[in-house]
Amino acid sequence: MPKVHVQTNINGTDMDFLCEARQSLLEVLRDVLGMTGTKEGCNDGNCGACTVILDGRIVDSCCVLGVEAQGRTITTIEGVASPEGLHPLQQAFLEEAALQCGICTPGFIVAAKSLLDREPDADEGRIRHWLAGNLCRCTGYDKIIRAVLSAEDIAAGRGDRSAASTGAGAGAADQRDVYND
Amino acid sequence: MRDFEYVAPTTIDEAVRLMAESGNRAKALAGGTDVIVQLRGGRFDIDRLVDMKKIPELNEMSYSEADGLTVGAAVPCHRIYEDATVQEQYPGLVDAAFLIGGIQIQGRATLGGNLCNSSPSGDTIPALMALGGTCDIAGPNGRRSLPVEDFCTGPGRNVLQDGEILVGLNFPSPKANSGAAFLRFIPRNEMDIAIANAAASVVLDDSKENIVSARIAVGAVAPTPMMATAAADGLAGKAASEESIEAAGEAAKAVASPINDMRGTVTQRVHLVGVLTKRALRTAISRAKGE
Repeated sequence: MPKVHVQTNINGTDMDFLCEARQSLLEVLRDVLGMTGTKEGCNDGNCGACTVILDGRIVDSCCVLGVEAQGRTITTIEGVASPEGLHPLQQAFLEEAALQCGICTPGFIVAAKSLLDREPDADEGRIRHWLAGNLCRCTGYDKIIRAVLSAEDIAAGRGDRSAASTGAGAGAADQRDVYND
Repeated sequence: MRDFEYVAPTTIDEAVRLMAESGNRAKALAGGTDVIVQLRGGRFDIDRLVDMKKIPELNEMSYSEADGLTVGAAVPCHRIYEDATVQEQYPGLVDAAFLIGGIQIQGRATLGGNLCNSSPSGDTIPALMALGGTCDIAGPNGRRSLPVEDFCTGPGRNVLQDGEILVGLNFPSPKANSGAAFLRFIPRNEMDIAIANAAASVVLDDSKENIVSARIAVGAVAPTPMMATAAADGLAGKAASEESIEAAGEAAKAVASPINDMRGTVTQRVHLVGVLTKRALRTAISRAKGE
């Protein structure tokens, strides 16, 4: 079967590639384009490690064919940070230690980014529901949820709500506000 | 998986021709959340994958009081549950579209694909049945339509012949004083396959105290999703009371002929289908009353 020529836009850059019809978007990103930030976990739509944003919607890239990218707009983890620095989510994941092995992290960050782009003040319940399609097998979810809540505060220029709410971190959060003044 | 040809026709006629040419060596692609995984797992060996998403009719979603709701077979779940009209007129459909998979799956998965995959536990199918949905099918011999409850014929099997495609689903306009609901039982909160599921729709009289008619459908308890016809018919003319709901829930268990598997036992599934039917009826009645 001849390879298919696909033209698409990834992270703001027009790109084209050749792929076999059977190749998933995940395989194309990793093996054809060398964009290995997007991870392969279960490869069957259960774990969300391969989450990318396709025309404004998060999808599992293992359940999308590379050929379906024709004419579409894709954001991957490589497109989340800017030249000025890390995205608030990336900063918060580091500060809250919301990762251990890191395989699930790109998927969580891309999925959470798409939520915060829509609902910058999503509450904990909404965040947990939105991220139900992302599995983490080592950190556990609490730190991840705290990081997303913290990212909302960073993005809005507020103090660190998650640190304040844990009691132990309250002083630190107060201090940070003082320093920001 | 072996490589195959990918084609993306833009008309129904072209899609039917492409499907018919390859016979049982062709598969239709909509959201891909089942079919791509099944192809990778070797469930099918195909020569051609026909992407239905470029066909305008299959992406259409429209509502009118006269014609009811038409949902193209390639419309993803998020479009259904984010639509204000669907939220208002078909909350039972929103229940189903909103609990299939996670947000990533809902961004791609379609009602049409869920029905054509014909899983006994398909999460939206009982809701489509309880709402009185009909399937619009196109094939080499023209168009035909049939009720959703006649579509699935066994696990992974349905009435579609070689060359036939599902164009869309139609749901009649909700009657006055009507309501519907869908529920699923899984051990987790999200992202699991149903141990049992149930959908109910009811029409109440003008006093909103009595049931005029009802439809009940249950899933994951038989080789296909099933209408619980006797349970539903038994509600006609009865008070919309806890006693009627109890009786219907017990009667719905009669259509269950489930299997034991790693997700649940026969006993558990039969019990659950009764519980879920009662709960779905309570919500459907409460929605019909406008509560």
